[in-house]
Amino acid sequence: MTLGVTQLAYIAATSLFIFALHWMNTPATARQGVYAGAAATAVAVGVAWFQPGIVHHGLIVVAIAAGFAVGIPLSQVPLTAVPQRTALSHAFGGLAAGLVGTVEYYLWLLETPERLSPFRVGALIAEIILGYLTFTGSLMAAGKLQEVKWIPQRPVTYPLQNVINFLLLVIALILAAAIVSQPAAARGALLFPIIIVLALAFGILLIIPIGGADMPTVIAILNGYAGLSAVAMGFALDNKLLITAGALDGSSGLILAIIMCNAMNRSFTNVLFGAFGQVQQTKAGGEQKVYKSETPQGAAQVLEQANFVVVIPGYGMAVAQAQHKVRELYDQLKKRGINVKFAIHPVAGRMPGHMNVLLAEADIPYTDLVEMDEINADMPQCDVALVVGANDVVNPAARTDKSSPIYGMPIIDADKARLVFAIKRSKNPGFAGIDNELYFSDRTWMLFGDAKNVVGELVKQLAGESH
Amino acid sequence: MTTDFWAALYVFVLASFIGLGVIRRVSRLLHTPLMSLTNAISAIAVVGAIAVTGDDNPLRYRLVGAVALFASMTNIVSGFLITDRMLKMFKTERKPGGGERA
Repeated sequence: MTLGVTQLAYIAATSLFIFALHWMNTPATARQGVYAGAAATAVAVGVAWFQPGIVHHGLIVVAIAAGFAVGIPLSQVPLTAVPQRTALSHAFGGLAAGLVGTVEYYLWLLETPERLSPFRVGALIAEIILGYLTFTGSLMAAGKLQEVKWIPQRPVTYPLQNVINFLLLVIALILAAAIVSQPAAARGALLFPIIIVLALAFGILLIIPIGGADMPTVIAILNGYAGLSAVAMGFALDNKLLITAGALDGSSGLILAIIMCNAMNRSFTNVLFGAFGQVQQTKAGGEQKVYKSETPQGAAQVLEQANFVVVIPGYGMAVAQAQHKVRELYDQLKKRGINVKFAIHPVAGRMPGHMNVLLAEADIPYTDLVEMDEINADMPQCDVALVVGANDVVNPAARTDKSSPIYGMPIIDADKARLVFAIKRSKNPGFAGIDNELYFSDRTWMLFGDAKNVVGELVKQLAGESH
Repeated sequence: MTTDFWAALYVFVLASFIGLGVIRRVSRLLHTPLMSLTNAISAIAVVGAIAVTGDDNPLRYRLVGAVALFASMTNIVSGFLITDRMLKMFKTERKPGGGERA
């Protein structure tokens, strides 16, 4: 394949990638985006394969077949496991970039050292540092999300943690500088593996102090790193397709990470180095507050009288597998002409947008899934807010209590509804270990029990009465 | 610095601006599928992996390349499939009964 054809094909693939992301701006065209992306990738694979330099085909066929064999089952995981799958695929992406960079470096150093310019080597080193740290970091993130036993869920912290991490990075950069200053020198062959080990270690150390509540941000950041490692590979190989595709991925990671940080009122540095989610000491000596609880029967009667119901789901809903019961409840209320909306907090779930996918799977029309900012304007008109498995995202302490760790985080204004029903498994505090004042408000009634059972009871009550 | 470098840097900066512009407009409903889609797109590293695996390099290099190719291919296949699977679930109306829209 000639250079011109190759470049034209790569330009076509780049355009398709941009269209793919553009079409994601609405669910109506989003699937087109997937086809465009898949077509672009197919073009890229085809072009790369038909280059004149490619003389061995056996291994390529085997590796591609193996990729299909593993990739197809990985695409069938339950939607609650999508965050782990995503983290795992960031790990694969990082590994691929790291390995390709490593091979390129040794090939050039040992076979064609004249091709090693300082710029190329610098790009290669950036590629492998980003690639390998994404690899181990994402594996750790996937392990935490999957709740693998030997990976601690709680943030692991030790003295001088950030200093040690920083030192590792500095050592790696000094070694990198030593290689770049004399790209063809033999010492590179010895220093390079040390950089690899440092990057691998850095990835692990970066993630262990980060708690479960911050996983949505971390996944987004790792997404960005995987993209940047592809960019660096593009610089090293002088391949513009790699640079553009990687830049698109990098900007996606950046934007999602910013959205997640804003949604928690935290900064990047705070997420990465702050070790949020440590056990919060509950303030001692506070007066014993009491919950008011309600029965499903009573709650069903109130719901039936409402005009406007807002359901506020949290990850607890998905853990209890309650989303299909919630949809039945939605149907029952809709049947009575009641306006039902779902209020989606950006960090509800374990990755950006996770809650929307879980509700869409339960067959709830996406037109009734409303973002936090939009629904908050309507909350004062809301007759009943039904909180299902959410906690911190409806905690008014975020607005009022300066000493609260979630102070300043934007929340869904459940407390502004005329009445609140909150389904809660037990009387313990939530994920972040913080007490929730909403539950003690005079307008709030608690429905204690497993979310699936409680919502099921509500549905039964409503269905019984409708006949 | 070679001219290659500056051309590449231009491409990178411009592509990043396009990326920021396009992705900012992606529906918040679709952020999870967006991430699995960009995941599949960033598996474009497959291009480098194919070159390393298929060129006339010593076998040990090609074997490492094959591992990278396998990892990228897994991302491509699972990324596009799962994105499509999720997007299929986003519907405006329910088919049977209770079809009225707000």
